[in-house]
Amino acid sequence: MATSVGRMQEKEPQFFAKLGHTTVHEGELARHSVYTRFLHWAYGIFFFLALFTGFATYMPFLFRWFAPAFGGPATTRMLHPWFGLGFVFFFGLQAINWWGPMKWTDTDSRWIKHLPEFLRSTQALEPEDVGMYNGGQKLQFWEIVVGSIVYLITGIVMWAGARTFGATSVAISYILHDISALIMLFGIFFHLYQATFGQPGTIQAMTRGTVSEAWAWTHAPAWFRQMTGRDPRQALEQERQRRIARERAIEQLARGGPAGPPGGGRA
Amino acid sequence: MTERRTLQTEQISGHPGPVPGMGMQRNLEVCKLIDATTCIGCKACEVACVEWNDLPFQPTTFDNTYQTMPETNWNYWNLIKFREHQREDGTLMWLMRKDQCMHCADPGCLAACPADGAIVKYANGIVDFHQENCIGCEFCVSGCPFNIPKFNPATKKVYKCTLCSDRVGQGLEPACIKACPTGCLHFGTKEDMKMLAETRAKQLRDVSGFKDAGVYDPESIGGTHVIYVLHDAKNPELYSGLPKDPSIPFAYKAWKSIFKPLGLIGATLGFVGVVFHYVFEGPKREQPEVPPPKPEPPAGRKEL
Repeated sequence: MATSVGRMQEKEPQFFAKLGHTTVHEGELARHSVYTRFLHWAYGIFFFLALFTGFATYMPFLFRWFAPAFGGPATTRMLHPWFGLGFVFFFGLQAINWWGPMKWTDTDSRWIKHLPEFLRSTQALEPEDVGMYNGGQKLQFWEIVVGSIVYLITGIVMWAGARTFGATSVAISYILHDISALIMLFGIFFHLYQATFGQPGTIQAMTRGTVSEAWAWTHAPAWFRQMTGRDPRQALEQERQRRIARERAIEQLARGGPAGPPGGGRA
Repeated sequence: MTERRTLQTEQISGHPGPVPGMGMQRNLEVCKLIDATTCIGCKACEVACVEWNDLPFQPTTFDNTYQTMPETNWNYWNLIKFREHQREDGTLMWLMRKDQCMHCADPGCLAACPADGAIVKYANGIVDFHQENCIGCEFCVSGCPFNIPKFNPATKKVYKCTLCSDRVGQGLEPACIKACPTGCLHFGTKEDMKMLAETRAKQLRDVSGFKDAGVYDPESIGGTHVIYVLHDAKNPELYSGLPKDPSIPFAYKAWKSIFKPLGLIGATLGFVGVVFHYVFEGPKREQPEVPPPKPEPPAGRKEL
């Protein structure tokens, strides 16, 4: 069926195209290029390194036990800014990579307004105009863009310290750095949940790089239309009919239909 | 005074749980009194400090004043700050102020410090840095209202005046006190020093014509364990920027102790939220689901 590697929305540098590849199996759509996936896991690793070293310093009252894993409190403090720089660097590349598909549209504003309805599992399908990313994903992306800028500026101020930037700017940076960390920590729980338990079949987009067509017409209908040229709701209905027909055929076979002995037959 | 009596710990930076051994014994608060009106700027205290604490040589900076260098350093904890002040009647005054750690009752450095046991406040009022626990984050530098803690880039640790806690623990006065030739430095209990200071301030007001003379022991940080007698206690800024109402930044008081933990609870609600979303709503699966999910059982009937 539709093998859409050539139509992937994300551009990919030559080096990464050679380094790895994305195999699109039957009934799947290519979603993320090797480059995108590499960036995602690079800043993902740095995020958690910075998170754990940061929290050992943020509130040692509760998180002092993170510090020994990084060589003790002093080394933890020394490593944290470098992990942070790693995160900001790779996320910065991803931000450039995703600047286009993450542009905010009216669809996204509508999506955010109806957020409480989408949280209900009774709402099985995303609205038909939702593209590659929905309003929630874009909101999180732009939060991390703003958060990373705050991290970078306040982080450098604290790194160079009061002897360079003065006591007041360090004290202000201390609060802003914390707020940025708390918002991002709050968000990461939703990110991890939606990618795994919340919407099964999502994480493979960032591992193998593909999603099933069913995933696409369920969670990103407009993107499905863009990738395949088919109507997402029609495609869903066709698939439903096909599966119902298949169920019936199996049932018939099981009842001892014309195809073979009861229980032994295969559709 | 024995070591046990003078060096009981009262407060520890970044420390969970109660302070060990606190309140076991009665403790007297110590205090250094600096009479700025009788200081001649001889710098004997600076030399005594460097010698007793065995600090490596620090090159001096000549800036056409009687000041040794612009500010205290990680290896120069005690500095006579010099300022030429012109009074309203046109006459000049040389204002000498011995600048060092003030050993605040409510230390901003300790409030800012995230490292367990890097900053300790003894029950006798001395605030001491324990460099073996210091993580070199320099938050204490921004928490101090007097610009005292100084970072050593080579060791990545912060240093400052200890009020010679090693000497005081053995019942001796700090090295600077011992070296002072004019008797402008005094050391004793906070109560005694406060009384001595007030007596001297009264003398300055009544006899010497300094009508604004007074004692510097700022209430905004609960008082200090280093106090000054000043010719003009209403304008401490004249003495090379001694702050009138020193304060600890919001970041290290209300933010760190109240909003920061609340913020963490708020962020953790994200985790609680997704767990209960799964429990209450379940996952959003790819469509179509054939056969469709079972309809909910009628009310009143339990299904296993």
